[in-house]
Amino acid sequence: MTKRIEDLKITENTRLNKDIFILGLSGNSSLPEMRPGQFAQIKVEGSPGTFLRRPFSIHDVDYERNTFRLLIQIAGDGTETLSKLRKGDTLNLIYPLGNSFSVPEKNKRILLAGGGCGVAPLLFLAKYLKSHGLNADILLGYRNSERIIESGEFSAIGNVFIATEDGSEGEKGLLTDHPLLKKESFDVIYCCGPVTMMKTVAVYCRKRNISCEVSLENLMGCGIGACLCCVVETTEGNMLTCTDGPVFNINVLKW
Amino acid sequence: MVNLGFSIGDLRFKNPVLTASGTFGYGSEFDDFLDVSLLGGIILKGTTLEPREGNAYPRMAETPSGMLNSVGLQNKGIEFFEKNIYPRVSSYNTNVIVNINGNHIDDYVGLAERISRLDKIPAIELNISCPNVKMGGMAFGTNLGATRDVTRAVRAVYPKKLIVKLSPNVTDIVSFAQAAEEEGADSISLINTLLGMAIDTGSMKPALSTITGGLSGPAVKPVALRMVWQVARSVRIPVIGIGGIMNTRDAVEFFLAGASAVQIGTASFIDPGVSLKIVGGISDYLSSKGFSDIKEIIGIINRQGTGKS
Repeated sequence: MTKRIEDLKITENTRLNKDIFILGLSGNSSLPEMRPGQFAQIKVEGSPGTFLRRPFSIHDVDYERNTFRLLIQIAGDGTETLSKLRKGDTLNLIYPLGNSFSVPEKNKRILLAGGGCGVAPLLFLAKYLKSHGLNADILLGYRNSERIIESGEFSAIGNVFIATEDGSEGEKGLLTDHPLLKKESFDVIYCCGPVTMMKTVAVYCRKRNISCEVSLENLMGCGIGACLCCVVETTEGNMLTCTDGPVFNINVLKW
Repeated sequence: MVNLGFSIGDLRFKNPVLTASGTFGYGSEFDDFLDVSLLGGIILKGTTLEPREGNAYPRMAETPSGMLNSVGLQNKGIEFFEKNIYPRVSSYNTNVIVNINGNHIDDYVGLAERISRLDKIPAIELNISCPNVKMGGMAFGTNLGATRDVTRAVRAVYPKKLIVKLSPNVTDIVSFAQAAEEEGADSISLINTLLGMAIDTGSMKPALSTITGGLSGPAVKPVALRMVWQVARSVRIPVIGIGGIMNTRDAVEFFLAGASAVQIGTASFIDPGVSLKIVGGISDYLSSKGFSDIKEIIGIINRQGTGKS
């Protein structure tokens, strides 16, 4: 898949909660084909402390309207600056980058498990699977109800289950404690979220022989496989999160 | 038409913009963003005799106007290079140069011998300045005797063009450049990264797994420029300037200071097509100033007086 470096226009900047917002983007030319799990490297202008680009998962793609969306959590000066962008502003991106989640065979029981802003790549994945005739259950974990990232789009695609640490919505507790995981038997789990959560899901999957892919978020320099900074230790030696990943099957990870 | 060409001895470069080792992979990572063959040359990722896994993650930290890295020369070794990478990079119509590294002088000599047999590699860059390896690397480049020994030993077995890449982590850069020249180097490139560190105040731990790492980016440019200026007026061989070059203006500064060519490093992480933009930018700059050949501006500040009487 050809990578591009391109100036895109902001079509939308929607605040979902205190820390999380969605940027909609559109260009003059038609969008390249993108796959769920892939990411974009954004150049943040107007933030002197942000020297390198910042990687963000592709959250949603609408080829008909020639737009796609990124789900971004404010975590520092760079993302703070991005949160202030307005419709019509320009943003420079390198995209689409990285590999993508695999598409399972028909009749597999699929779960998408996302924690916090780790839900970002899962909306695109859910829609993509749906377009391939595959249904997935969606389990989302948040700290509390105020952190929920859901504008009805997940529930339009599949059954959504929520866990919050304080019980303010859905089941009380961590995503990995949700009764769904005890009740149902899945064949495939796709997971993105905090590393501790993904590791717990990986252990759960190993015990039950469930195929599991996780999306990692290591610190990146370039995003295109040149700087070798974003390495992850695997059974096949050091691999790059940016080009060998960000999606890894847990079988290759030393978790 | 502006002439941008430069030479190291009889090795011609179509323009003076090269890409720095460790920032441009093996070229193919950048094929979607620019035509690599239009560059003056590319310096490939640091290569060692044996495969190296490099240092543990985290090996990068962003710092004001730059970044620290401690990759540690991760590469698959010379045998993998010969079999799998060399055939691919040979198709680029530009000078493809291998950056070589070792723990001991014998490693450098062994690598130089093997690479001298590869027809399409017209030069090597002797990396005696990597700050991120326990043995070798910068240990050679910060010791005058060791710099002489390794340069002499490689020169004895390597008949093609030998570029020696210097470390800025020394008190007197000129003495190292002169030592390399006296031992037969055909060109000097500088600077490699400056040794630095950063600490995460949240976790109260060093930002890098190796604690220290190499600083690159605009933060090092004034230091690099000063060293290039000092070296260029002290040696007769061509000097290749490296250090925080982000755009045409930065590159031009290095030419004015005396560099015959430049290498673009960290900037390629942010704009993978920037090196080729700088080629065009230099040409435009020279035209706008009424020059027809880049040689006319190399070291020009030395010809204008320094402001002191």
